[in-house]
Amino acid sequence: MSSIGTGYDLSASTFSPDGRVFQVEYAMKAVENSSTAIGIRCKDGVVFGVEKLILSKLYEQGSNKRIFNIDRHVGMAVAGLLADARSLSEVSREEASNFRSNYGHDIPLKHLADRVGMYVHAYTLYSAVRPFGCSFILGSYDEDDGPQLYMVDPSGISYGYWGCAIGKAKQAAKTEIEKLQMKEMTCRELVKEVAKIIYIVHDEVKDKAFELELSWVGEVTKGRHELVPKDIKEEAEKYAKESLEEEDDSDEDNM
Amino acid sequence: MDSHHSYSQVKGVSTGTTILAVKFNGGVIIGSDSRASMGESYVSSKTINKLIQVHDRIFCCIAGSLADAQAVTKMAKFQLSFHSIQMESPPLVKAAASIMRELCYNNKEELQAGFITAGWDRKKGPQIYVVSLGGMLLSQPFTIGGSGSTYIYGYVDAKFKPDMSLEEAIQFSTNALALAMGRDNVSGGVVHLVVITEAEVKHVVVPGNKLPKFHDE
Repeated sequence: MSSIGTGYDLSASTFSPDGRVFQVEYAMKAVENSSTAIGIRCKDGVVFGVEKLILSKLYEQGSNKRIFNIDRHVGMAVAGLLADARSLSEVSREEASNFRSNYGHDIPLKHLADRVGMYVHAYTLYSAVRPFGCSFILGSYDEDDGPQLYMVDPSGISYGYWGCAIGKAKQAAKTEIEKLQMKEMTCRELVKEVAKIIYIVHDEVKDKAFELELSWVGEVTKGRHELVPKDIKEEAEKYAKESLEEEDDSDEDNM
Repeated sequence: MDSHHSYSQVKGVSTGTTILAVKFNGGVIIGSDSRASMGESYVSSKTINKLIQVHDRIFCCIAGSLADAQAVTKMAKFQLSFHSIQMESPPLVKAAASIMRELCYNNKEELQAGFITAGWDRKKGPQIYVVSLGGMLLSQPFTIGGSGSTYIYGYVDAKFKPDMSLEEAIQFSTNALALAMGRDNVSGGVVHLVVITEAEVKHVVVPGNKLPKFHDE
């Protein structure tokens, strides 16, 4: 269990005696309460998958998106407090748009991740505001620089990744991601694996229904970030469900 | 003449000038004359440099009010340097031209300067962009500018070929500038050329007495 930061955890402008800023750590806890989102970079693109929990049968299908378009060539998948995430997606969009307006070309993903990371970090400095309670994964594809994947967390740090996961099942998802040889895969192959991982880490007992959100950007989409087309998504979900059944069957054999 | 040329209404020192840039196989040549004039009749400098380096492989040539042009290129050089360090890579020529364009467009009421931005970058190789007086940005395989350019449109339209060799491109540029300087009274002096390629940036100066001579000289 996490340690209690009594007295030193009331504002982001206070350090604890052992050098921690508890408000930022609590913000990261908020991300861990949210359902899982993963992003994986392959040879020719980036694929995002989000486990979107359905809390009510009355929800319209496809609403409450967790994957955003930041620019033509950049996508963002989020986990944590969704309202914070939506606000940050607007910030990212403005950054990307201003860059294009000033410099005449697409924003490089590392630069975007740095800029949004700086913005997130600014909210960890003052007692008057609270840190953002969300992490997000940014992905893009460019002909010259290839596919890129960056993750930003509530502290404002961004790292580049080949595969990353955020949210409640991130440990389990990371284990599954590590099994993949993503550097040799194409987007079409990866889409199926991403769907499978989300199905694997989804907890049938605690969380009932969920909707899978899948998006990609790469050579296959000519560098534009888009939701995966319906037919490819259905194929991927079918593959995911069949893989799960196989594993269940093999468990039975062992008995 | 006054009502046609905005340059002649510029107060103070102007670069009534001839500037050009041309893409060749493997790089770009940017060139200008070296005369700065005040009004129609006084030459305030015979050896001015109108080819400003804004980054390692990106140059701008300036036309119009010298003060405005120097202010804009100074600002652009600063912004480009900062941008390049943030990006951790050499800037794109398009980025340099876009910075100039933003400055020219947003301050179009006060400024009276036009530019040719040319250079080499890793992504698209040699490129030339025109940033005109009001802030238009246009990419071209070759371009001419300044008051002296009006006298050489025919020459460059007839003589330009895409994918020239370095020697052909130098000959093309020197001839074009010499012809313009021969007819425009506010262009003159020496010919400054800068050759920009992936490997290096080379300055070539052709003094007045070494310029190509034509039938009437």
